[in-house]
Amino acid sequence: MTGEPGPFIRIEGVSKRFGTFEAVKDVNLTIDKGEIFALLGGSGCGKTTLLRMLAGFEEPSAGRIFIDGQDMAGTPPWDRAVHMMFQSYALFPHMSVERNIAYGLKHERLTTAQRRDRVREMLDLVQLTQFAERKPHQISGGQRQRVALARALARQPKLLLLDEPLAALDKKLREHTQFELMSIQQRTGVTFIVVTHDQEEAMTLADRIAVMDRGTVRQVGSAGEIYEYPNSRFVAGFIGTVSTFPGRVVRLTGDLAEIDIPAMNGTFAARAVPGLTEGRNVTVALRPEKVQISKICPDAVNVFEGQVKDLAYFGKDSLYRVTLPAGDLILAHAVNARRGSDSDRTADWDDKVWLSFEPASAILLTD
Amino acid sequence: MKRSPVFLITVLCFGFAFFYIPILSMMVYSFNDSRLATVWGGFSTRWYETLLSNRQVGAALLLSVQIALISATCATILGAMAGITLARFRRFRGRTFFSGMVTAPLIMPEVITGISSLMFFIMLGQWIGWPGQRGFTTITLAHITFSMVYVTTVVHSRMLQMDRSIEEAAMDLGSRPWQVLKDVTLPVISPALLSGWLLAFTISLDDVVITSFTTGPGATTLPLLIWSKVKLGVTPDINALATLTVLAVGFCVAIAGVLMNRAERRRLADERLAYQANG
Repeated sequence: MTGEPGPFIRIEGVSKRFGTFEAVKDVNLTIDKGEIFALLGGSGCGKTTLLRMLAGFEEPSAGRIFIDGQDMAGTPPWDRAVHMMFQSYALFPHMSVERNIAYGLKHERLTTAQRRDRVREMLDLVQLTQFAERKPHQISGGQRQRVALARALARQPKLLLLDEPLAALDKKLREHTQFELMSIQQRTGVTFIVVTHDQEEAMTLADRIAVMDRGTVRQVGSAGEIYEYPNSRFVAGFIGTVSTFPGRVVRLTGDLAEIDIPAMNGTFAARAVPGLTEGRNVTVALRPEKVQISKICPDAVNVFEGQVKDLAYFGKDSLYRVTLPAGDLILAHAVNARRGSDSDRTADWDDKVWLSFEPASAILLTD
Repeated sequence: MKRSPVFLITVLCFGFAFFYIPILSMMVYSFNDSRLATVWGGFSTRWYETLLSNRQVGAALLLSVQIALISATCATILGAMAGITLARFRRFRGRTFFSGMVTAPLIMPEVITGISSLMFFIMLGQWIGWPGQRGFTTITLAHITFSMVYVTTVVHSRMLQMDRSIEEAAMDLGSRPWQVLKDVTLPVISPALLSGWLLAFTISLDDVVITSFTTGPGATTLPLLIWSKVKLGVTPDINALATLTVLAVGFCVAIAGVLMNRAERRRLADERLAYQANG
């Protein structure tokens, strides 16, 4: 039964209090059918509580959750077409892989043959057919994760919730599994909501990301939007690396703003954002890879001086920590595009360098 | 510091001697032909024959086993319920009171428990006319109340170790709480249920104090029988009975050891399997 057309999942003003602690505060989100949506945030930001409310393990203290047009209030977990993949996988230790996957199917009206086919199909999907008879403690961590996924998908849910799906895997396996998850999602078309504290995981997996902090959603958008156009200092600092400096708007001309940045000893041009007024204090945030570094003064709009304090050589690229005249630090990232010995590199310790950035690359934050 | 092995071995031998010489001497004297327990009169198995032809001993053993079976089973059911409640319902009115009352018999002197059970049964008999006579039923009830605590403790600690999300996963996959209990919780904690049952069984089987308070005419369990016989002096047939008991217990321990050893070997094999699957 499908309700009025609209977003597949609608979270309206949802809050959750535990005693006096407010774990989730007035969250509003809409998620489309077939999307991979990530809830990203540090520990205690409320992302898991929100997930548990979608699964039905917690009731919202306020607000409503609609899944496929249906208000989920009062619907217990066992009556929701929503399945969850737990962080610990929560496999039934006394059942074989096959029986784990078949467990949810016993509540569906299926013939024995249909049930067997479905289990076989799931085993095939996660490539575990040869391990069907094994118990969970007889298979590896990566295989357990796949059993958990197959078990949750076996009942063909409308929505799959994944709680830190890759956290328990080692780094090498994690990358592989990430792509596997995406391909399984594409093949099944099930809507995924992934909870993670790992920004890289969120950015590669998800179509859209909600960045959460202390129970509130700070920003929702694609990985690119959140990385390149963060709406707050929190989001800018949480996703990737940035250097931030206080500044003041001196003049607004068209879509360009002239910003006085005391730390860099001058005024600089930046792409204006809505809501700027002359004389307003702003924060200028610069991503390291958007800052060019060179020993000769470049022909660019925004140029300032510094002295290399530290550098880290990673092979394909290097990260410089540069001291500005007023003592602040800025990070600059340089790709080592040309081969050369140590003496050939862009700059060395204590070198005087010129730094520059394009007006469009500076992030202006007004919060 | 260099430890002296001679000293350590001597201490060990004395320790073992202290524990086992009494039992060994008892076993040896059970084959004593003499009527006096402390004077050796040649080898004989006649006390075993006396024992086996003694209807009283057989009846007492049967009664003890019956009581132990029923009380251990009831104690396991009630104790599991209490243990699961304590582990799963973290907040309800009177939880502290409940948890205190459930575990109180663990530290209560047995004499007190025995006397209070006796008084309770007498008063109950006066008020509602039941139990009219003390015996099988009253002993079983008393055993259930105090052996239940051990099951509760074992089940509670197992439940605390158990990953809560396993139950949530079952619920998430469409099972109602009752089905979750049946399909997941009980199978997972079954080793704890089994060890709780065995604990309750042994406690009931060898209890003297509480049984002696709650028993009535005609209901003599094996420990009570031994106790009353010993009061008249240790006779060789008691030695024979004790020897049989020691052998039975030893047999059970040996079987448990073999089973545990096998489980351990299987666990190692499983670990190897998981490791290979990883590679």
